[in-house]
Amino acid sequence: MAKDIAVPADEMTGKANKPKENKKPVSRKDMSRLQWTWKEIKRNKTAYFLVAPFMLIFFVFTVVPVFVSIGLSLTDFNMLQVPDFIFLDNYITLFLDDDLFIKALQNTLIFAAITGPVSYILSFVVAWFINELPPKFRALVTLVFYAPSISGMVYTIWATILSGDSYGWVNGFLLNTGIVTEPIQFFKNVDYCMPCCIIVALWTSLGTAFLSFIAGLQVVDRSLYEAGAVDGVKNRWQELWYITLPVMKSQLMFGAIMAITTSFGFGAVVDALAGNPSVDYCAWTLTHHLADYGNSRFEVGYSSAIAVVLFALMFGSNLLVNKLLSKLGQ
Amino acid sequence: MAKKIRIRKHSVVLNRSRGGDLGIGIMLTIMGAFMFLPMLYAILQSLKPLDELWMFPPRFFVVNPTFKNYTDLFRLMNTSWVPFSRYLFNTVFISVAGTFGNLILSSMAAYALSKIKFPGRGWMFQMVVLSLMFNATAASIANFIAMSLLGWVDTYWSIIVPAWGSTLGLYLMKQFMETAVADTVLESARLDGCSEFTTFLKIAMPMVKPAWLTLIVYSFQGLWNTGASIYIYSEELKTFSYAISQILSGGIVRAGAGAASTVVMMIVPIVVFVITQSNIIETMASSGMKD
Repeated sequence: MAKDIAVPADEMTGKANKPKENKKPVSRKDMSRLQWTWKEIKRNKTAYFLVAPFMLIFFVFTVVPVFVSIGLSLTDFNMLQVPDFIFLDNYITLFLDDDLFIKALQNTLIFAAITGPVSYILSFVVAWFINELPPKFRALVTLVFYAPSISGMVYTIWATILSGDSYGWVNGFLLNTGIVTEPIQFFKNVDYCMPCCIIVALWTSLGTAFLSFIAGLQVVDRSLYEAGAVDGVKNRWQELWYITLPVMKSQLMFGAIMAITTSFGFGAVVDALAGNPSVDYCAWTLTHHLADYGNSRFEVGYSSAIAVVLFALMFGSNLLVNKLLSKLGQ
Repeated sequence: MAKKIRIRKHSVVLNRSRGGDLGIGIMLTIMGAFMFLPMLYAILQSLKPLDELWMFPPRFFVVNPTFKNYTDLFRLMNTSWVPFSRYLFNTVFISVAGTFGNLILSSMAAYALSKIKFPGRGWMFQMVVLSLMFNATAASIANFIAMSLLGWVDTYWSIIVPAWGSTLGLYLMKQFMETAVADTVLESARLDGCSEFTTFLKIAMPMVKPAWLTLIVYSFQGLWNTGASIYIYSEELKTFSYAISQILSGGIVRAGAGAASTVVMMIVPIVVFVITQSNIIETMASSGMKD
């Protein structure tokens, strides 16, 4: 009896399967890689429609210019005559014959080497502290720390605070208490100019990385901390080191990119505070040098070489730091 | 070994000593003061009458607050060569047009990159990530050439169109979509006969509201603060931020109006952030870089 019933059942499933077998799903093994890719491209037409507009603009205004800059940096070009191929001459002049470039390179490296790591660590430490606060209070404190980075030209208030005459707040204080007898020319003195610019740059630097850390800390799974406590984590520092940091690795990598890229782009802060050019070029950076040759003198080839150096610095430090961070917790 | 467990108002707290809490409180207060006092000073300066702006020793707080600096600012605006409303219009137009385009193009691309498996998505996204590693100044010279070839030098387009292709918004939205939009939901929409485009517009987009708010805020803030651009010469195409920087460089006579203008300039981004803060934080939670 059981057999009688089983047979039609088998037949039925057989029938149901038949149309499928006829249409035999195409496997990747049946065709060459190229054919497969082409088939996939045709199948996903819509995807290409969706990415095309963005990618077109992204390539024209971001990707292509990088390669064009590299190409132009090997030429002598003034926007009017046909570019003249001179191979590495621009770079040779830059490094051997342009004292101001060396100065700019030094300043840029000092600026980046201080503001990058300090703002990165500060962003994390402050975010970690804020995470300990009660939720309602948290939003307000986040705003206090984040506001300077989004408020446009508000950093010019530092020109008033650190003003070189006795009306500056810091100078007023120093004169009043008798620490100095005449006002310090913070932005006109070669010794003070860079440190002051760096402080102001740091003041504006708790940006995207900071928000990313705040958010990352909030979504760390609470049960990990409980499990850690059971397993012998004794205080908040151990908790930070053994649980929080490894869990936040992806945020830490993103934050590093944001912090490093920002640390190379503080030209506007320097312009507003120290003037352009700053006294004795004491805060002259690669961005200034680039704009000077590119926009004022129209030596496009030469300025492209500067751009390539700047680009290589940003890119190199980012890749290096990301490589280091990816080893975290391994 | 008994563990000390402290109980805060609503929760049990592990591994937190009172001393540590206090230390953190003190550190936060000091750093908060460093961040906040200059902002406060900027606001107070804008409320000071001229004699308080130029007094010795300088005083932090204002004794006789006045709005004269703001009225001065508006008077200055009316006497400038190009009407001030024009600078403001330029900034608003650039910010709105740039943000709108960036939102549409980025969300389309983010959806495709995160939710459709097509050949090329890997390296396309890789390029986007790499582009976060340098800022636009490095490409400004070559961009200038592109602008002149397109005939866009000294037009709004030279600022608006590159903003459409800015990558931070796309990056954040793609990462957010990956976690916030479940593949199964999209799959069932497709099975119900939705086209890929309808699925994107009607199903995925409403689910990533925090991400598009974040993108709007980021793009808007960046464009709102656009200063002097190397692509623009005409005075009547220049931005509000540029005009403000001109007032600020005006010296003693304009110190009051200058202080007022920085406050005007900073209020917009701050208000925008306050309104959208929770959405931005939600988006940022998925901002991490997976390798």
